[in-house]
Amino acid sequence: MKEQRVIGIDLGTTNSLAAYMEGEQPVVIPGEDGSHLVPSVVAIPAADSAEAATQRSVVGNGAARYLASSPERVIYSAKRLMGRGLEDVQEELKLFPFRIGDNIQAGEVLRLRVGESEYTPSEISALVLRQLKRNAERYFGAPVTRAVITVPAYFNDAQRQATKDAGRMAGLEVLRLVNEPTAAALAYGLDRQHDGIVAVYDLGGGTFDISILKLHEGIFEVMATNGDTHLGGDDIDNLLIAIALDDIRGEQGTDFRGDRATVQAIRKAVIEAKIALSTQDTALLNIDLPGGGKYQRKIERSQFEALIQPVLDRTAGPCMQALKDAGVSADQIGEVVLVGGSTRIPRVGALVDELFGLSARGKKPHTELNPDEVVALGAAVQADILSAGSLATDNMLLLDVTPLSLGIEALGGVVAKVIQRNSTIPASATEHFTTGVEGQTNVAIHVVQGERELAKDCRSLARFDLKGIPPMSAGLPRIEVKFLIDANGILQVSAREQRSGKQAEIEVKPTYGLTDEQVESMILESFDYAESDIEQRQLIETKNEANTILAAVDKAPLQPAWGQLSEEERIQIVLLRDELSVLKEGEDLKLIRDATSALDKATHRFAELMMDTAVASVLHGQTMESAGSRMGEAPTAPHPFSKAEFE
Amino acid sequence: MTLSSEARPISSNGDSIESSSACWSCGAVLSSAGLTCGVCGHVQPLSSEVNYFEVFGLPRKLRLDVPALEREFYRLSRRLHPDVYARASQQEQEWSLAASSLLNDAYRTLKDPIRRTEYLLKLEGIVSGDEGGTKKEDRVPADLLEEVFELNTQLDEMRMNRKAGEDGGQLHQDLLAAKRGFDAQLKSADLTLETLWTRWDESVDSGDEQSKLAAKDALASLLDRRRYIRNLVNSVNEALGA
Repeated sequence: MKEQRVIGIDLGTTNSLAAYMEGEQPVVIPGEDGSHLVPSVVAIPAADSAEAATQRSVVGNGAARYLASSPERVIYSAKRLMGRGLEDVQEELKLFPFRIGDNIQAGEVLRLRVGESEYTPSEISALVLRQLKRNAERYFGAPVTRAVITVPAYFNDAQRQATKDAGRMAGLEVLRLVNEPTAAALAYGLDRQHDGIVAVYDLGGGTFDISILKLHEGIFEVMATNGDTHLGGDDIDNLLIAIALDDIRGEQGTDFRGDRATVQAIRKAVIEAKIALSTQDTALLNIDLPGGGKYQRKIERSQFEALIQPVLDRTAGPCMQALKDAGVSADQIGEVVLVGGSTRIPRVGALVDELFGLSARGKKPHTELNPDEVVALGAAVQADILSAGSLATDNMLLLDVTPLSLGIEALGGVVAKVIQRNSTIPASATEHFTTGVEGQTNVAIHVVQGERELAKDCRSLARFDLKGIPPMSAGLPRIEVKFLIDANGILQVSAREQRSGKQAEIEVKPTYGLTDEQVESMILESFDYAESDIEQRQLIETKNEANTILAAVDKAPLQPAWGQLSEEERIQIVLLRDELSVLKEGEDLKLIRDATSALDKATHRFAELMMDTAVASVLHGQTMESAGSRMGEAPTAPHPFSKAEFE
Repeated sequence: MTLSSEARPISSNGDSIESSSACWSCGAVLSSAGLTCGVCGHVQPLSSEVNYFEVFGLPRKLRLDVPALEREFYRLSRRLHPDVYARASQQEQEWSLAASSLLNDAYRTLKDPIRRTEYLLKLEGIVSGDEGGTKKEDRVPADLLEEVFELNTQLDEMRMNRKAGEDGGQLHQDLLAAKRGFDAQLKSADLTLETLWTRWDESVDSGDEQSKLAAKDALASLLDRRRYIRNLVNSVNEALGA
């Protein structure tokens, strides 16, 4: 059997996508509708709804549609909640209208309630991953079970483990977690392998990363990385939403912050305005409020930039720290790569230019590759390196680092660091422990991650209970504990009592993690399609496609555009229609697929003619004009910067 | 459940044991510290006592060509990194993980002059001040006693002033001057360090145990002194920057 393809996945806060190496180039795997991006949005239809009869979850654009009708059944930005506990996400939960599961204990994995069920963020991400896996399987016509998934470079151990767990739940063996900025560097490095120092500035929907890399003859050595896992486009959206809510309360005396559907409508409008302001000087917020009211406001680009500056300024500190840790100065950075949708904001490009003194040195940041796709493309490059590889990646090797120091809680609650941040991974450290009491058989070790002096200020990773130490006098046992951070940035621990040579038993209590059994129980049902199942499913999908196009062609003669086709064109369409009608009753996947695409091609001009007619009729309508006349009425006074005050 | 009096860290001494065996894959005889087979290139299980110098096939000397070390690090990374063994057996993946983490730890330690020196002293049986999780009581180097005493008084005063909301312009100047003094001390310690490296390397070459011992002791006390000054500079920086 031919070796399976390994795909690269960018599991993003806002959008996710998959890519693979086609020959020497990474390419994005399109979804069923042809689009590259799958919104990282999951809807769980109510059990008694019509949708629930056919599918228990809806992912992507389909799920985004639920936001308007039943926002309480939709979860998005789950990545911000991955590997976190209730006490970590208080700020998030003020802004995201999710319901928390019942009885969550301190240190336990967060759960979100949707209708009757509760879901961990990993399970929500697993549904997104499964959609990408299905898209790839449909595209290749073969099973896909192995993947490289990207994570923010600044993700801690728990967040990485949660991502790996999500992959497993989706039926994917995660061959490697790759840091997003490093993946972007790989995507860029494929074409332009010259040596030097590169900075990758990655501002996405929910996370910010900066990485400094040294490129040397195909080796991508990360020198330092830094970031903020709570900084991104979401923060800009939330800022604008808070202002709009304040405005509405001031103007109309109604407070809509508890009204999910309205907040959602505002979110949609501010995101559109934000995107428009990357290319236009003004944008208009135009929101229908419940009860027939309207909220309108014109935003100037200069206002917008002043408003978001504090958010953008938060990226400067991590950049400076990364340069310092890498031991290089800004002017030693040869190239800067921009990654993430938020880098489309012109002010971000300007900030990067200032930070690295680019234009002063006659340089410009790199934006040649689509910032939404470059991470997935890089993941595909890494997937290629891991699977036999091709000539294109033959010489390439990625040496990444751990973003946070690993430490052990010692006497008095202080942290003894055992592995420093920015150490090349895999990295290891060996520590020795002994007992303090006669006959003691257990030793507890608390492992934390972070840069602060006190354990309580760092991230608790796990508590290890070393058991089964042979009873000896106090101080006599010599327990060797080995900490190893693997190439995914995930910690492994092993212990051994050296005097007896006995492998000590370790009981791990991950602080915000799921146990193996829990992950096992969350594996999405029926994920593991045998090859025949896949073919079966593809045949069904192909027949569905054939039926859809046939139904459209049957209605075609009713359209005015039909009359604009030539006699030959009409005959051709009818012939192909009849052929497909016969073939679709059979079982030959390829024949049906070919006949469908032939019919699709033959009706191409017809579809275009229909589109023209549709556009023309809109242009003749009143919609545009009436919208234009309202534009002047929006409030234009600069809004004071104010904090959201959600309950 | 924290690391309390029930579990005390103890220091480690890497006593190395030489061993030689055959490659699991092709059967060729392996050199004592080979992480890969010289014949077929496969990663080998680690004998647990390979030291960082042996990883790079280097003698236990302190003067080191860092660019050459980097080239060797890259060469070995291409051989040992887990990416190279992604499709290999579970066993080989584990060996690769162990070998490449050892390689990374070794490179990180040896490329840095201070860490390299500390590591060598540890190999030679001298426990450094930062070793073992708990810090050894810092001894004030005798010739610095007076300066340190004055500095500590100034630092205390600075902190009190800050609490009272005063900025103390003169004190700030004094601290800056003290910092310049200690920065210079640090520089001179680094120069001395290089001289001691030479003394150590030469005694390794000549095999003179007596002078090796002397060089070791000199290095250890220089590192103590350097660490002490480093901490002073840090606290001055903190006081100035806060």
